[in-house]
Amino acid sequence: MMHRFANPTRFMRVANAILPWTAGLTLLFLGAGLYQALFASPADYQQGETVRIMYVHVPSAYMAMMIYASIAVASAASLIWKHPLADMIARASAPIGAVFTFLCLLSGSLWGQPMWGTWWVWDARLTSVLILFFLYLGYIALLNAFDDPARGAKPAAILALVGAVNLPVIKFSVDWWNTLHQPASLVKMDGPAVDPAMLLPLLYMAVAFTLFYISVGILRLRAEIAGARIRNLRLGMTHD
Amino acid sequence: MNEFIEMGGYGAFIWPAYGAAALLMAGVTILSWKSMRQREALVESLRASRRKAPDEAMETIS
Repeated sequence: MMHRFANPTRFMRVANAILPWTAGLTLLFLGAGLYQALFASPADYQQGETVRIMYVHVPSAYMAMMIYASIAVASAASLIWKHPLADMIARASAPIGAVFTFLCLLSGSLWGQPMWGTWWVWDARLTSVLILFFLYLGYIALLNAFDDPARGAKPAAILALVGAVNLPVIKFSVDWWNTLHQPASLVKMDGPAVDPAMLLPLLYMAVAFTLFYISVGILRLRAEIAGARIRNLRLGMTHD
Repeated sequence: MNEFIEMGGYGAFIWPAYGAAALLMAGVTILSWKSMRQREALVESLRASRRKAPDEAMETIS
């Protein structure tokens, strides 16, 4: 079963079939999310209107970590099974993850200035997310450091796996250290400590961002597969 | 309308957050789409030129 979809041509046939749906649903959820985030949801009693920055910040943070975890899993699969598709998924995901990590840092900073009175503090949460951003940049740089992309794949995959240690550090940084950043309020044992009126825009935006990742990821995967075909054609080793 | 843009005095912080998200998400979409189209077109033209001159193509390999 897994092998059936691990074939790039067959995988792309499935991916292309779902692309119009994921793209359409991205726009739908983005529309609903923006309406909820900017119009329908109330201002926070402490943060005032700045709570609306959270509807970009929290989903971006979730994407930054989720995409990095996907890259780490794909990198492990690529190292163990040497399957080119796993490699391509990791490669295609990285720039999207880097964009969301940057958005997380930027939106956090834009919230921090009016609420904390500072754009930046070197607390454990902010610093570990900044490290995540540098991991993305290092991973992308390593992938592109060689003329033959196949040579950069292995060191990049190892970097992605070593860097995965940072994910639990980010998650638990607010519990392990005394941070200015607030602890988790969504994922808690006794349910989210957030009002439903604010939970809705967060959920819509998180779904929209996830669908966005899948849609743009498919475009990037197609580019990766075409890139591999170009190299094969130029080497005259094509078998299709 | 003005009230909406001002966002209780925090508009200068809220709108850049949304603006940057819109800009970067649109940017990565457009770049990904362009690179996909360019590479797929190149695959087609390489295949076409190969069909036209298979002997020539074989020569460059050997």
